Amino acid sequence: MEQSQGTPQGGGLMARYRRGEFFCELTSPRAAGQEALQALFSRLDGLDEETLRRRIAAAEEELYDLGITFTVYSDKDAIDRILPFDVLPRVITAPEWSVLEAGIIQRVTAINLFLDDLYHDQRIVADKVVPADLVLGNANYHAFMKGLKVPCGAYSHVCGIDLIRDQEGLFRVLEDNARTPSGVSYVVENRNLMLQCFPDLMEGFGVRSVDNYGLMLRQALEEIAPDTGSEPKVVLLSPGIFNSAYFEHVFLAREMGVPLVEGRDLVVEDDRVFMLTTAGRSPVDCIYRRIDDAFLDPKVFRPDSMLGVPGLMEAYRKGAVSIANAPGTGVADDKAVYAYMPRIVKYYLGEDAILPNVETFICREAEGLKYTLDNLDQLVVKPVGESGGYGMILGPKATRAELDEFRAKLKADPANYISQPMIGLSVCPTLTAKGVEPRHVDLRPFAVTGAKTRVLAGGLTRVAMKEGSLVVNSSQGGGSKDTWVLE
Amino acid sequence: MSELLSRNADCIIWLARYMERAENLARILGVAETFSRDQAGRNWLAVVQINADEERFFARHRVADAHTVPHFYILDADNPNSVISSVRAARENARSLRPLLSTEMWRQLNRMSRWMGGLSANAVSQANLSALCTEIKEACQLHLGITEGTFYRDQAHYFYWLGKNIERADQTTRLLDIKYHTLLPRVEDVGSPLDTSHWGALLRAAAGYQAARRVLGGTITPKSVAAFLLFSDSFPRSVILCVRQMDWLLAQLRSRYHLRGGSRAMELLDELRAALSDQTIDHVVDHGLHEFIDWVQSQLILIFSEIRETFCQSR
Repeated sequence: MEQSQGTPQGGGLMARYRRGEFFCELTSPRAAGQEALQALFSRLDGLDEETLRRRIAAAEEELYDLGITFTVYSDKDAIDRILPFDVLPRVITAPEWSVLEAGIIQRVTAINLFLDDLYHDQRIVADKVVPADLVLGNANYHAFMKGLKVPCGAYSHVCGIDLIRDQEGLFRVLEDNARTPSGVSYVVENRNLMLQCFPDLMEGFGVRSVDNYGLMLRQALEEIAPDTGSEPKVVLLSPGIFNSAYFEHVFLAREMGVPLVEGRDLVVEDDRVFMLTTAGRSPVDCIYRRIDDAFLDPKVFRPDSMLGVPGLMEAYRKGAVSIANAPGTGVADDKAVYAYMPRIVKYYLGEDAILPNVETFICREAEGLKYTLDNLDQLVVKPVGESGGYGMILGPKATRAELDEFRAKLKADPANYISQPMIGLSVCPTLTAKGVEPRHVDLRPFAVTGAKTRVLAGGLTRVAMKEGSLVVNSSQGGGSKDTWVLE
Repeated sequence: MSELLSRNADCIIWLARYMERAENLARILGVAETFSRDQAGRNWLAVVQINADEERFFARHRVADAHTVPHFYILDADNPNSVISSVRAARENARSLRPLLSTEMWRQLNRMSRWMGGLSANAVSQANLSALCTEIKEACQLHLGITEGTFYRDQAHYFYWLGKNIERADQTTRLLDIKYHTLLPRVEDVGSPLDTSHWGALLRAAAGYQAARRVLGGTITPKSVAAFLLFSDSFPRSVILCVRQMDWLLAQLRSRYHLRGGSRAMELLDELRAALSDQTIDHVVDHGLHEFIDWVQSQLILIFSEIRETFCQSR
């Protein structure tokens, strides 16, 4: 395939690399910051494939030894599984990052204002910017939160916004993960691995550090903790060792230097939360929870939950303990609400969204459903309530039979679906069995909000390891890359 | 962070116990292998007996021999008392404790667990058993060395050593008991050259042969070996040394970390320590070594459940 002008040509490792019709994170020309990309291209080109593979094998061994794993729900036999690490990094130039950072802060600010409004005055509903039934009738809208004042007005303290880059190189928001997004541990561990196994690859590029995430998060959690006059006691609440993200819970507890607790380690007495220690009960001020809303407190949510803490919500309501993320943030990252996000940004901030959405058709609306049914073979259709790529269909890649089957499902429950045009995700040079080839990637940066919003200068780049695949989810065989944000 | 979750205290005690158990299983199998070389294999049954596993074992195997016993105690993941089950249980506990452990401890446990999982049945064949037992022992010792050198010394450290010492004391009594079971059917062998060589092997399995040679002088008798394993002030695996350590660790937890409770466990430890320091080996043997060992084991069980109830199950 013809390469556009300005595309670097390699003579070594990168000699046969062709990015095809997609935007390439390394080789596509851009307005500014090009020099660093070219320098990296040359450095990669000078690498010897065999040496590289040997070092990767060592790196994988290291990952295995350290038990850095990701549970895949559908694969019952493999409890521990490595999230494959691709050694060729994904680079974000300084000018690109400044746009991303501003866009993310803007979006997170809007999400928090939106949630605050939904749980207080509901102006946005009264002004008919967002349909009432979509948000107030949403399964993730918790009446429990109505009128409750949360510290710093922050609901989504940790937000992981999924971004993709289209064929023109424009970053677009694909999904807002405002509940308990995971993956940040891979951002830091991938970097550690890179520094340990490939320090020569990084040298001299001015890659921004990601190892301050634990401090960032702890600081935000201390900012939202109730004032007790002494240093706030923060804990991380995990469902336990069988959870798919347990590794990350361990990682975060360690990086923050706080206890990793399970529901059974906590009790509520007189609306105060305590953890059970060898010396008796010890008060807790702030909980970073990595369990879903439904399991937090059997007295308020699912009565059969064994993971939560009875009475927790009452202590929370009385302001005796802070919880991050706040319960009920799921109403803001609903895939149908997503379609309204540009208008939500505009409504609260009076600004246009810095990061555009992907065009979205809402199947709960007659017009959106008709368009989706008429163009099913051109669209990506997703159930609004699922995550991780489960239950979706990629129209252009589906067989006739699959399309027919999906059409029936869609007609039976249109409100459960949205559709979007198939975006030609950007690619990144990736080491495959056949040498260096383009593979599609996305990006999940992490924003942490306490008194203000801070964005970690990096992100989780997921890569679809299968040739041509656009599905990057780890649950669907995706891998990850170290993500370099340049100074 | 000087506080320790009760649940974590429990996990750390078990982590230490399981790793110590794995090491001692390898020691016991090593000595049984030595015995069996000259006794037509009948000593393998003793291993099953000292672990009180008769029921579980014979539900699976018809005979206790050089093939079935090592497999049962090393590779059988369905046997909760096997090396592989112990190592896996240790790793599961370590998973819960991951934020408290050093990366190096975690890494080695992962590696050991993976290595054990990859062993084939051939690894426990008679020709390979001795070498395998040595490797298991060394892996456990590597764990201990890494722990000594990297594990942060707060409360968790004390609970780790409590678990370690309680298991070690228990295992030393079991090692001693193996001779009781082995010799019972042939009283006439007592004191014979064969018998003496068995007691030597027993000491070697406990890593006490050289030291015992030094302190016991020329005579290795059943009584002197038993006295050494029970009462030695300086042998790291002797029962009394483990009990003294536990006593000290518990006192540290109570004074240094102001942990309330545990006084009943302290009383029980005092009682056990007194029994071990006040009695002569002649007295113990006259009243029955096996009975004495049984009593020590039941006291250890009581102490362990006191410690767990007090510190690991707070409500």
